[in-house]
Amino acid sequence: VSDGGRRWIGRNARRVEDPAILSGRGVYVGDVALPGMLHAAVLRSPHAHALITAIDTSGAFEVAGVAAVVTGSDLPGLVGSVGSFCEEPIVQQALATERVRYEGEGVAAVAASSRAAAEDACERILVEYSPLPVITEPSQALAEGAPLLHEAHGSNLAWSRSLSFGDVEGDFARADHVVRRRLRWHRMSAQAIETAGVVASWEPATRSMTVWSNALATNMNAPAFADILQVDTSRLRLVPCLAGGNFGSKLLLGKNMCVAGALSKRTGRPVKYLDDRLEHVQAADNTASDRTYDAQLALTAGGEFLSLKIDVIDDYGAYFNLGPVHHANALATPTGPYRIGSLRYDVRAVLTNKTGQTGMRGAGTEPGNFVLERLVDLAADELGIDRVELRRRNLIRPDEFPYRTPQGNVYDSGDYERVLDLAVGDERVREWLAEQARGREQGRYIGIGIASCQERTTFTSTNFWLLYDAPSVPVTAAPETVSVTIDAAGNTFVTLAGAFVGTSPCTIAAQVLAEELGLDPATIAFQYADSQAGVIGPGPGGSRTTVMLSGALAGAAAELRDKILAIAEHVLEIDRSDLVLEQGKVTVKGSPDVGLSLAEIARTANLFALDLPEGMQSGLRTTYRYDHPFVTKPSDDRSDLGIFYGIVSHGCHVAVVEVDPETGEVQPLSYLAVNDSGTVVNPRLLAGQVMGGVVQGIGAALSEQYLYGGDGRLLTRDYTGYLLPTVDVVPREFRVVHHETPSPYTQYGVKGGGEGGRMVAPAAVASAIEDALRPFGVRVDEAPITPSRIVELVAASEQAAGAAPEAGGRSSGKRHDRDGGRASARPPSNGEGESP
Amino acid sequence: VIEPLRVELQVNGVRREAWVEPRRSLADLLRDDLGLTGTHVGCEQGICGACTVLVDGRSVRSCLLLAVQAGGRSVETVESLAGPDGGLHPLQEAFSEYHGLQCGFCTPGFLMRAKELLAETPRPSEEEIRAGIGGNLCRCTGYDAIVRSIEAAAERLAPERPRAEEVAR
Repeated sequence: VSDGGRRWIGRNARRVEDPAILSGRGVYVGDVALPGMLHAAVLRSPHAHALITAIDTSGAFEVAGVAAVVTGSDLPGLVGSVGSFCEEPIVQQALATERVRYEGEGVAAVAASSRAAAEDACERILVEYSPLPVITEPSQALAEGAPLLHEAHGSNLAWSRSLSFGDVEGDFARADHVVRRRLRWHRMSAQAIETAGVVASWEPATRSMTVWSNALATNMNAPAFADILQVDTSRLRLVPCLAGGNFGSKLLLGKNMCVAGALSKRTGRPVKYLDDRLEHVQAADNTASDRTYDAQLALTAGGEFLSLKIDVIDDYGAYFNLGPVHHANALATPTGPYRIGSLRYDVRAVLTNKTGQTGMRGAGTEPGNFVLERLVDLAADELGIDRVELRRRNLIRPDEFPYRTPQGNVYDSGDYERVLDLAVGDERVREWLAEQARGREQGRYIGIGIASCQERTTFTSTNFWLLYDAPSVPVTAAPETVSVTIDAAGNTFVTLAGAFVGTSPCTIAAQVLAEELGLDPATIAFQYADSQAGVIGPGPGGSRTTVMLSGALAGAAAELRDKILAIAEHVLEIDRSDLVLEQGKVTVKGSPDVGLSLAEIARTANLFALDLPEGMQSGLRTTYRYDHPFVTKPSDDRSDLGIFYGIVSHGCHVAVVEVDPETGEVQPLSYLAVNDSGTVVNPRLLAGQVMGGVVQGIGAALSEQYLYGGDGRLLTRDYTGYLLPTVDVVPREFRVVHHETPSPYTQYGVKGGGEGGRMVAPAAVASAIEDALRPFGVRVDEAPITPSRIVELVAASEQAAGAAPEAGGRSSGKRHDRDGGRASARPPSNGEGESP
Repeated sequence: VIEPLRVELQVNGVRREAWVEPRRSLADLLRDDLGLTGTHVGCEQGICGACTVLVDGRSVRSCLLLAVQAGGRSVETVESLAGPDGGLHPLQEAFSEYHGLQCGFCTPGFLMRAKELLAETPRPSEEEIRAGIGGNLCRCTGYDAIVRSIEAAAERLAPERPRAEEVAR
């Protein structure tokens, strides 16, 4: 990582967030305790689809400590619906009325002196249900005569769209070859170790409410929270707590808000409502995409990519709260890092009896990356072109930036071939190729996978509505605001718009202020803005924290620098062109001993108004609002989606895995992530984001999956069934390499890096598994691919090859002999050609 | 109505007593009654390990141990690690230096488990560290930085002792 002559940008500064958190003194929402606080629990439906025919809550009050009980019919007048960005009449109440649409949907809520008492009371509420036919698959939802989940909408097709950009049919007509693949991306969710939670405290006298939570964007979206809680923004104070991970899973938290808010209004006491793990898996409307793709890539005989057709069905579950934003995200980079001239994108969003979707790290782009890279690997095999060479031929070249994609989004900058070279030219990767060959002789199945993927970064708001023709609120602002005050003692107070979710906003801000003003990070105090601080920004999400904070802090610093130099000029009576502000001091050029410390200037600015230049206000503070630097509106007819995710990072990852075809177990052995997120502010912290994302991607590739029974009941209801990666799947050899191609549009050239790991790794791991199982000719067409699926695929492959079934153990040497012959069809991937 | 029982125990070296319902967990006692909210509850079923504390020096999932079962025992929580002046424990220092935490929610469990591990095996091999934390979940870091953090802490805490791998060679 080059330093570009900078002192603090590019440095592995230690996190300023750490000491409080490491000491156990960080305040997460579960730690909030207020005098008189009640605890809520929710009674949940055991049925995936049923009419509610009767509710009797009287038994709940027999439990000592119960203060209030509410059902769905009590909520109007107390709170609104859970909040939604969709335009369709698909409305969710925090507690169901008349009908439950998935297993675990809330039916009643209790506030009591303890969570245990509230749960006891829930058990005494009697609910009668009349079960309805359950829809667990999109095909059932779209079938003739299927029961409608939302009669007001009139269809189980929540939303659909056919988009075409460029001459798709012409490109397919002139193609020499088309690869087709049906691919499946299963339902997953973030399942941060901390669940979602809210503490709401209603003050009847002032009709105001204070809400502590781990929701996101509470100041930017304060009007939405005001609708949810039915409290004006002027009387609503939303306080962000430290969040124990988010990854897109904790956004509005409308259900938690409504439950705590309604019960607080009912009782006039603070009410805490946290999901337990079961609720957070089963019924928190926090899952990621659940998609089936039919995808086609058209190529010339020489391997030039011409056009891409995507036909995707997305199982949204029972509600559509974020609307089709996941597909807008996917449309930021559907053609990846490749020159592909035209694109067709057909999408159907379908309603089923499952808990609903939110965004999760990648937010709808990660399945698309998986699909595209799987197509490219298949094309390499079918055309007999080395898979690295095929990528190389099609990568967008450095002189083509800014690069306009068929759908209109623009990529700012990149050097993709250089990133590819850093990955495949890596010495260890080449050694693994030799190890793979040796392993084959010993009956070991080692595979080397590769994926080149885009990471769209720096969220802005247009993608929330650009797939609607007539959006009701087409927001275009997505600012990052920061307030910086230097007091009379020379200490600095910074208020950040974004909340803490595990990234490092304070450290990044400290590094920028140290860079720009020479402030000592140890002298800076940080807080996260509540919704009444007037410091507005959506905060973390869509990989924007470091980009937007760099712009906002540098903007604030420039304003402060101006004032600091003006005061110094006045006090020293030396023209400011002869002054320089460096390392916390203003000195005279050429005479470093003459000057004023920043502390002296701050003292003058704050306390000695009559010593300031005429007309200057006293004080040393600014609130700086930095708007998104690179965004345009879509065209009215949506033939051009505009620039909505134009700060684009890139990665090329190489995964090495060993597969046991007998058990289906996959052991990652090595992982190399070469990432280009533009200028790097803090290499160690960025590497942490990449590695954490990669391991989530390994989970997506191998184990994380929601499985439902035919009755719509979730089988993977907690951490024993929904399998997060443990340290056991983390490769011993795990490396991150930063390459830096600065963005021309952002402060310092920074790009985002929060999501890339999870956006690239599933494709790299799938590629590695497929490579390992080449002797069996197995295709990896789904994520995750679990051990049982691998065993099935290997068995099917052996059956198709006419292998005589043998009882019990087979000699691996024998299998190798047989498979070795079949493996000869594999395209060459030796040291002479491209690798891996 | 379930009558509370009196529990007396040592927590971070201080004698504490409380009246708790028998069904409540040690995590409930620590967090709700004693105000020690550094111990975090992630899954309430003993899987994630975020709530790990030491009881008589051995790691325990405080969500699975009933508070009344901790009677007469000595409990250590994450709050015991830093010195009275706020100075961080070498494990905490190493986690910060090697970026072994992001959101920090699982971290108290990893720290307490690592403390036990290093007490038993002052210079563990990488394999021993991995095995040692194999029962704790982290969703942010990808674990690698946690392994490095514990390695670095071991080196600081027991600089004169060779690592297990070096002994093997």
